[in-house]
Amino acid sequence: MTESPAALRLANVGKIYGGHRALSGVSAAFEPGRVAAVLGPNGAGKTTLLGILSTLVAPTTGEVRWGGDRLGHGSPLRARIGYVGHDPGLYGDLTALENLILFAALHGVPDARNRAQALLARVGLADAAPDAPARTFSRGMLQRLALARALAHDPALLLFDEPAAALDPAGADWLTTELGAERAAGRVVVLVTHDLEAAAAVANQVVILRRGRVVFDETPAGGFGAATLRATYEAKTRA
Amino acid sequence: MPDSRHPAPRAPGFLSQALRIAAKDLAIEWRSREVIATMTFLAVVVVLIFSFAFVVEGARPPAPVVAGILWIALVMSGTVGLGRAFDREREGEAIRSLLLTPAPRAAIYLGKLAATCALMAITETVLTGLSAVLFSANLGDVIGRVALLLVLGTVGFAAAGCIFSAALLRARGRDALLATLLYPIIVPIVIAGARGTTQLIDPVSPDFDGARFWTEFLVAVDILFVTAGLWAFEPIVSGD
Repeated sequence: MTESPAALRLANVGKIYGGHRALSGVSAAFEPGRVAAVLGPNGAGKTTLLGILSTLVAPTTGEVRWGGDRLGHGSPLRARIGYVGHDPGLYGDLTALENLILFAALHGVPDARNRAQALLARVGLADAAPDAPARTFSRGMLQRLALARALAHDPALLLFDEPAAALDPAGADWLTTELGAERAAGRVVVLVTHDLEAAAAVANQVVILRRGRVVFDETPAGGFGAATLRATYEAKTRA
Repeated sequence: MPDSRHPAPRAPGFLSQALRIAAKDLAIEWRSREVIATMTFLAVVVVLIFSFAFVVEGARPPAPVVAGILWIALVMSGTVGLGRAFDREREGEAIRSLLLTPAPRAAIYLGKLAATCALMAITETVLTGLSAVLFSANLGDVIGRVALLLVLGTVGFAAAGCIFSAALLRARGRDALLATLLYPIIVPIVIAGARGTTQLIDPVSPDFDGARFWTEFLVAVDILFVTAGLWAFEPIVSGD
């Protein structure tokens, strides 16, 4: 398949933490308009990979290029990245609106208040208690707010690290729908998850990591069936 | 279709980012008053304990004792504030979101430093007034000079403290570690502040030249600590 010039490319990326090799020789390409699910058992290096893509972790070897530019540690391209983790990445003492205004303003979004209000409506929090600090929100509400925060500056790359962890089924379904919407918006979407059903439902590309190495990377034209994906995952990650 | 070459919104200027971060911290503190209440309470308790120890039958304690009490209370209450300086960034991993904004790391540091100084200044106002009353300190004519010493001491103290507070963001027992690491570094600030204050509030023969020396010394220390902080904050918060 031909790679888009706007693709995110990893070339031989490795990461060593104090003698422990978290990633080794990882090469992959993530295309705009696709959801790439990164799967693997605990300790496979998924979160480290996401850390490197987010520019917050420096790779020990190799490099990441995005649209021709090097995406290095602390790169200015970080302003084009949105990150949704299992922690919401928000100030619990600020209200939902204040959080979004703060992050939109730090990104230099013009008319941050209007943008924040539009995003609250988009994630279904427009009617949430306007004076309530975010710390009083349910887990599901916090993840909605986290997505709104990540979208505040209209990022071109969206990174999700176990975003559905601790969400109820309705919340997880909502998140799957949102991932599809972000894919349709033409963003590069990278999703780290243990939820194979969710990955099968939304991913165009599946990358499986095992002990820091890529053991599977495919983008089948018809997507993945849940049963096929599970069988592939079990075959590739078996000790 | 958004891609990496699609221009990001134009990021605000350095000072604007720093002020926004400081305003955020102060707005949160204004709402909860958690940190300022704890700092001020501790400062008042320290001054009261020392006043019971040193004020005997209404006799005014010597100027070095008053100055020492003032600066010890300042350091102890400031340590409480610094211990909480990055708590809000740690909770919910807000620090990650902050680091992904285009705000320079130095602007984040400067914002945190400004907010910490503002909180310490409120405590110092109470502290200075209380010391003047309890110890009958001779502050009337020299209040401006004492305030300048306090401001300079606060900036240096907070500049070093914010760095250690950020470095200990994820450390266990960080409150104890903060004091252990910070206090040896801020010894010159406490000595300069206490000596300068002593020379200013001496009721018999205030030494303005001596106080000017310590004021200039604190300016130099502030420049050193703030510069080091601006430089060191990036590798400290970016460490992986």
